[in-house]
Amino acid sequence: MKSDRGDIELAGVCKSFDGATYVVDGVNLRIADGAYCCFIGPSGCGKTTILRMIAGHEDPTAGEIVIGGQNVVGLAPVQRRTAMMFQSYALFPHLTVRDNIAFALRVRGMSKADRLRAADAMIEKVRLTQFADRLPAQLSGGQQQRVALARAAITEPRVLLLDEPLSALDEQLRVQMRQELRRMQRELGITFIHVTHTQLEAIALADLVVVMEQGKIKQAGAARDVYAHPHDRYVAEFMGGQNVLSGRVEKVNGASFTLGQAAPSGIEVSLQARPTVSIGDKVDIAVRRDDVALVRPGRELPPGCTTSLPSRVLAIEYQGYFVKVMLDTVPEDEFVAYVPEKTFFADPFTVGDVVMATWATGSALPLA
Amino acid sequence: MQPSQTPPHANLAGWLYVSPLVLVLVPFFVAPILVVLAASFFATDGFGGLTPDFTLASYIDVLHSALTLKLYLATIKFTVLTWIFTLIIGFFVAYFLVFHVRNQLLAIGLFLLCTVPFWTSNIIRMISWIPLLGKEGLINQALLAMGVIRQPLEVLLFSDLAVVIAYVHQLTIFMIVPIFNSMARIDKKLIEAAIDAGASRFDIMRLIVVPMCKSGIALGTIFVVSIVMGDFFVVKVMSGGGSASVVSAFYEDVGVLQYPTAAASAVLLTLVLVAIVSLILRTVDIRQEITR
Repeated sequence: MKSDRGDIELAGVCKSFDGATYVVDGVNLRIADGAYCCFIGPSGCGKTTILRMIAGHEDPTAGEIVIGGQNVVGLAPVQRRTAMMFQSYALFPHLTVRDNIAFALRVRGMSKADRLRAADAMIEKVRLTQFADRLPAQLSGGQQQRVALARAAITEPRVLLLDEPLSALDEQLRVQMRQELRRMQRELGITFIHVTHTQLEAIALADLVVVMEQGKIKQAGAARDVYAHPHDRYVAEFMGGQNVLSGRVEKVNGASFTLGQAAPSGIEVSLQARPTVSIGDKVDIAVRRDDVALVRPGRELPPGCTTSLPSRVLAIEYQGYFVKVMLDTVPEDEFVAYVPEKTFFADPFTVGDVVMATWATGSALPLA
Repeated sequence: MQPSQTPPHANLAGWLYVSPLVLVLVPFFVAPILVVLAASFFATDGFGGLTPDFTLASYIDVLHSALTLKLYLATIKFTVLTWIFTLIIGFFVAYFLVFHVRNQLLAIGLFLLCTVPFWTSNIIRMISWIPLLGKEGLINQALLAMGVIRQPLEVLLFSDLAVVIAYVHQLTIFMIVPIFNSMARIDKKLIEAAIDAGASRFDIMRLIVVPMCKSGIALGTIFVVSIVMGDFFVVKVMSGGGSASVVSAFYEDVGVLQYPTAAASAVLLTLVLVAIVSLILRTVDIRQEITR
């Protein structure tokens, strides 16, 4: 008998449409049953292709896709017991909300009374009862999204695949529907795989965040891991919230090394995350923007800070609970400090001020 | 805004916008129809002379004639048969072009191929059936050679069958074009969503494709029905004079200078066609489908 588990394993999955370039290039990944997994990456990185391969709308050129212990390559979506929610929803424009949601049951041969009862229960779950007889064109974006979700969920799939489900919505609605997706996922207790290019969406929703670039997985892990401990420069820059600096190792000193930089003293970095560096290596490090403190020149550095880089304030953006201060700390890269609102306004800087950018030595993270 | 508040220059601009259409429609459509309508009420001396009058005599003549009903039945038979075959062939050709030909260039090429018969005249197209369907034609010879029949089939040419074949040959393109057009506008994602839901090929056609090209089917139906009902030439040529249609009757009337009767028949046919077309439009809201 087929398994009800919705755990997924991708083993060496490749996809090429033209036989020469690989859109998906050797992806290995394990997704736990009932997990909320987000694939994130720029457009063209292969995330949607992976989704479509899991859904059964595309066949992998090589590799295996295992759902609940069963290799599903070559099976139809129905046999995989997956359901897909399409980008821009692909609702049937000539069918009412109720008929859209009942469609999958209809083609499975369920009697009219049964399928309409099931559809109405689902309609209630997504809070669309008063819209049941409307056509999709008569609904707002958020309502259409809920219809699409209900239509996909009605067959009780073990995996629900969502292709950029929130991209057609405006900002406010997006945040609201984000919560609704998470609520539905918990209620249904099934695996959700969600493709997005919005970092905030991914880290807000996912148990497992998969960062992709050019058909390859760059990093997969819990949202906090990926955001706070990016493996490499690409992930750090893509997920945001980090300043990335590069330089050559000048001194290795027990538990830390010093990165040669514009600063006269160099940048001291703890060694815990990457034990093997030698003098002369080119190393990238990441410093979280909210870990950066700004001190006026000549003042004492906060405790634990050994590195301070003289910088000029390029621009200031008020963001509400924090203030975004852009600095010219490193010549080739962007360097930004997120200063808590209260701290900033206790002694506000203006554009052109010279400040010392500093952070606790332990918070600088060497990247691969 | 209330119409009364429309500034006068906007009104003038509105008239300017519609004037080209009015200039075409009034002399070439409205005026002839009015002439025919007027003629249908005129009295005649039987030799082509018309006297302005208001008599229903021509209508009474036409409606009392047993021939009228017979001709309408014959015409409707041709119409229905042609409609069924053009619809089936047109639908599947369009379906093939839209959903099975992946290469768009190839699809357009094949689509243009459908228009090849129209590169030559109607008459040539009809005559070209003779070597195929005739008594000595290819089909009869092949069947004779295979021993399927002993006598050549007479029914192939100069028969109702030949009439329907010629109509289908001529008019299928009028089905293909509008159906192709509405089918091409179906988002391929919808088909994928239906597959995702577990729909079979037949389900997709029945529940998604057919309902979504209703407007194309309706437009094609209007083309085919109005052309077949308004035609006499194909019937005359392909039936070898054995069958007649409504229009061939008033063509004969015109030939014997019975203008008012011909006009009355024409008005009657127009009314029947208007009724059929409005019935089609009532089933399918073309306007809504087109603006969708």
